[in-house]
Amino acid sequence: MTHWLAMGGYAAYVWPAYAVFFAVLVWDWLAPAFRKRRITRELRGRIAREQTRNTRVPRAEASA
Amino acid sequence: MTHDPATLIPATRLDTLASVRGEIRPGAWRACVALLRRDFLLAWRRRGELFLPLLYAVIVTALFPFALGPDPQLLGRIAGGVLLVIVVLAMLPALESMFRSDLDDGTLEQWLLAPQPLALLVLTRVIAHWLTTALPLLIVMPFLGALLNLPVNVLPVLMLALLLATPLLALLGAVLSALAAGTRRSGILLALMLLPLAVPVVIFAAGAIAAAQAGMSYLAPLVWLAAALALAIVLAPLACAAALRIAVEA
Amino acid sequence: MSRSYIPHFVHWLGSPPNFYRFAGAWRPWLMAAALIAGAIGLYGGLVLAPPDYQQGDAYRIIFIHVPSAWMSLFIYAGMAVAGLIALVWRVKLAEVVAMESAPIGAAFTFITLVTGSLWGKPMWGTWWTWDARLTSELVLLFLYLGVIGLYHAFEDRRRGARAASLLALVGIVNLPIVHYSVQWWNTLHQGSTVNLFGHSLIASSMLWPLLVMALATHLYYFASLLGRARADLLELEGGKQWVRELVLEESR
Repeated sequence: MTHWLAMGGYAAYVWPAYAVFFAVLVWDWLAPAFRKRRITRELRGRIAREQTRNTRVPRAEASA
Repeated sequence: MTHDPATLIPATRLDTLASVRGEIRPGAWRACVALLRRDFLLAWRRRGELFLPLLYAVIVTALFPFALGPDPQLLGRIAGGVLLVIVVLAMLPALESMFRSDLDDGTLEQWLLAPQPLALLVLTRVIAHWLTTALPLLIVMPFLGALLNLPVNVLPVLMLALLLATPLLALLGAVLSALAAGTRRSGILLALMLLPLAVPVVIFAAGAIAAAQAGMSYLAPLVWLAAALALAIVLAPLACAAALRIAVEA
Repeated sequence: MSRSYIPHFVHWLGSPPNFYRFAGAWRPWLMAAALIAGAIGLYGGLVLAPPDYQQGDAYRIIFIHVPSAWMSLFIYAGMAVAGLIALVWRVKLAEVVAMESAPIGAAFTFITLVTGSLWGKPMWGTWWTWDARLTSELVLLFLYLGVIGLYHAFEDRRRGARAASLLALVGIVNLPIVHYSVQWWNTLHQGSTVNLFGHSLIASSMLWPLLVMALATHLYYFASLLGRARADLLELEGGKQWVRELVLEESR
């Protein structure tokens, strides 16, 4: 196992290369997931606001 | 459109209608001449700005000996490539304003409505742009070459390479400028977009200079540049026209 | 415009709500397949394949470097095709596919450059050399960054997508010119370039993991593209009824 990890003396080059490969792709995979969550949250907030506005506005006019 | 229809100058619209009826058809040549005259007039009214690229080129050229030392041999060896890069960079800031003011004041909408093909008007604009921004740079090139101890036999090749490379860069830059016209700030973005397009131009122009400096035949890279220029004169205005249509549509 | 010649399925898929559901259904399977293929490819490449007789174990970077390089070009081609469809037929979905391909392509181009550099250090003794292939790859990265930058510079997303699609098409004309000019420049300035694939006969024990990794990266690209397109569609179609229903449904 340690022999394999040593990569014939090239471990300092092989493993960072694989680390970069996976780090960049994990970022690429997670970034849209976070973006989708943010968009969903914003949309939900917008819908909730519109609903409260639709129920409140007539009452506010009636009291004025 | 953000413009009130009533404020649009109706002349071009009328011309379009008239040309449909076959009464007046302003010739393409006359339109181009009128556009050139307008661009020169505008450039003349702001003639102080014409000197900005020149000033930039002089400043950068003057900095090189301070950074690299005054050794004439070293300066002479790198002068051709340095001047080429300086010209490319000096042309960059002016690219941003190529279509910007015309988009803001609605002139571009008139271009789209005009009976003349948009690509032809674009080509005319590029010619005017080249004459007002790149030609002054070419004129001062011999002086800048002297500052950097450019070998005298290389100077004609440098001039010839620039004579082919600068219109090519102006044409490519026009496409990018049209693409970026719809954005608010585009300075560094234009540089980023121009780099991949400028790489082959710089390679062939520098190749000709290097070949002349080594006493070899410099014809092949120059012919490549000329071929690219011929191709760009045909294709770039079409791409530029397509980009302007995207920029203008709401 | 007559669309009768377009197969029914493509037409159906072009509608954002349909595509959203289709992408959601296919994405996990594509990703699972990519992970399985990647695991097999990496086991074959890192464990089973013997060390190279010239490069020792350093050549094992090939199993991510070369598939990434292939992907960087493949994705650019895909982006340009989607961009052409977006410009000619104004299909919203094609705009989404073109613009969401760009970051994935840029990621693979970046991986190619970094892994190439990590490979070059022990092999050539330098992190960077102006080799024709490396230089072309660097220019490709700038092309991707230009497309991404132009797209985000616009306030109107759809206009930005069309402008950036046109830039991608300009780039695809430019790319072969860059490649050949850089090659010419390279032979002009350097005697000979270091050739990594000079011995083109690659042993089959090394070839099959490479091809499996290429398959894995292709599968990953499609999975990632579907995920990105889903997020983009939610944002673009935020005001539409199907998105509202979907968002309320998911919150329950």
